[in-house]
Amino acid sequence: MDFVTQHPVLVVSLAKIVGLMFLLMTTLAYLSWFERKVIAHIQSRWGPYYVGAHGLLQPLADGVKFLFKEDLTPPGADRFVYILAPMLALTLAMTTIALIPFGPPSVQWLGQSTLIVADSSIGLMFVFAITSMGVYGVALAGWSSNSKYPLLGGLRSSAQMISYEVSLTLAVVGVVLLTGTLNFNEMITSQSGYYLHFIPRWNVVPQIVGFLCYFMSAIAETNRAPFDLPEGETELVGGFHTEYSSFKFAMFFMAEYANMITVSCLATILFFGGWLSPFPDSWTVMRYLPPAGLLALAVYLAYDTVVLARGIARIQLVVVTTGALVIGLACLHPVVLTVLQGPFWFLLKVGLIMFFYVWTRATLPRLRYDQLMSFGWKFLLPVALVNLVITALVKVWPLLVNHG
Amino acid sequence: MSLPFIVFFACAFLAVLGALTLILAREPIHSALALILVMATLAVLYLLLGAEFIAAVQVIVYAGAIMVLFVFVIMLLNAGIEERTDFSKLAKYAGLPLGMFLILFLAHWMAHSLIGQQIANGVGGTNASVATRDLSAQLFQKYLFPFEATSILILIAILGALVLAKKDE
Repeated sequence: MDFVTQHPVLVVSLAKIVGLMFLLMTTLAYLSWFERKVIAHIQSRWGPYYVGAHGLLQPLADGVKFLFKEDLTPPGADRFVYILAPMLALTLAMTTIALIPFGPPSVQWLGQSTLIVADSSIGLMFVFAITSMGVYGVALAGWSSNSKYPLLGGLRSSAQMISYEVSLTLAVVGVVLLTGTLNFNEMITSQSGYYLHFIPRWNVVPQIVGFLCYFMSAIAETNRAPFDLPEGETELVGGFHTEYSSFKFAMFFMAEYANMITVSCLATILFFGGWLSPFPDSWTVMRYLPPAGLLALAVYLAYDTVVLARGIARIQLVVVTTGALVIGLACLHPVVLTVLQGPFWFLLKVGLIMFFYVWTRATLPRLRYDQLMSFGWKFLLPVALVNLVITALVKVWPLLVNHG
Repeated sequence: MSLPFIVFFACAFLAVLGALTLILAREPIHSALALILVMATLAVLYLLLGAEFIAAVQVIVYAGAIMVLFVFVIMLLNAGIEERTDFSKLAKYAGLPLGMFLILFLAHWMAHSLIGQQIANGVGGTNASVATRDLSAQLFQKYLFPFEATSILILIAILGALVLAKKDE
């Protein structure tokens, strides 16, 4: 205990990092389940169903499969770069999560704010710095495989990611102009307050154009459908990761999901008020939404256990039901309830944006490459620029009027 | 030894290692990767000095934009392994002593100059964390003209490249 009180920064930081890593890895695994399930239901299928109740153990089975598959290296591949590429992709994709605030800085332990790992004064710049390096994973993977389809996929995706990074950054600058800061927590607190006492004063209202530009560029930046040209399987076999197998392939997969989480978190922070609740403080009933939601889930799961599930799945469902019930009841404790408000709203918003992502993938067909490029440069970039100029003009207008 | 000290020496070692690999590697991509390593470690060194904004810009501009272009071009041209000529006689015999002399001279200069004295005494450098707000105020008020002039210069360069690259119709 002496060590803990002597080095609070070190201990708290390590605890946060370990906890966040554990949560992030679990989320990455379950995102694949989420995506398959949502797409399946949109296409009138069941999706994963047989491994565990509702396919809940499918990520585990996939992980085991990835680990035990043969790990091939194509002949003539550049071994060092070939191994480096997936590691680079995953590491860079997961690093950005350290800068994301999951709740207000007032939640503290040993004098350190608990719900953010690195509260940098220029958090946004750091996120862009790290994501701008993300191109290397894809480009190097394509080059080092010593095969023409991955090379073409790598070249395509580098060009695509560089092109859309411009509009992505420009779309966000409008928000920076409005809030006047690069720190995430300050950005979020500047969005507090309500129009007409109940519509939250989030940046998405004045920056709707900026948000749409950001969201479209973000889809292209993370190589997701309908902009998933780098892995267009009908044209390129599999794109930049054609030659990768086993866990190296899984690392690319996880990197893609981690990037999705990052851009969703950024969208939440920049445009949707981060960990702020959408309801005014005077609506105290809304504070009980997290435990209410969990208890409703427990009730549904209990119903499911009784009516639908068969055999061994029933035992698993009982475990999940008790888990939801216990956590839901624990959330009713006043301290837990206060701490949980920020993370609950933040994760709910992020989850909704992720759902939107999957929805887009299930709905829209893939673009042609020249369409993609002309859309990025000839439409998205000018719109983002005009949005930026108008925002700047609106921002300096009072100053101009006062001087004139 | 304090933690920043350990980080500094680790990064300094990596930076030197990257610089050496950049020169000695025979595969162009390996050279480019080594240069990225140098850029990234330099960014960490800026962070240690408290210059957060410069560190982020270093990574965004150099590692994230310029080096991506390098890697992209190397991939596009599919550049093979570099050819090596024999080193020139002068470099073979005089290179090492002259290089050593340069390093020793720099060390001597650092130890005796004003800046070196200040660093040794712990004055300046540390705790000189520059807020982004101050930096932008400087950039957009005091140095507005050079800043805008540079941006126009870069724009002209882009237009020139476009004109040169455009095919005759």
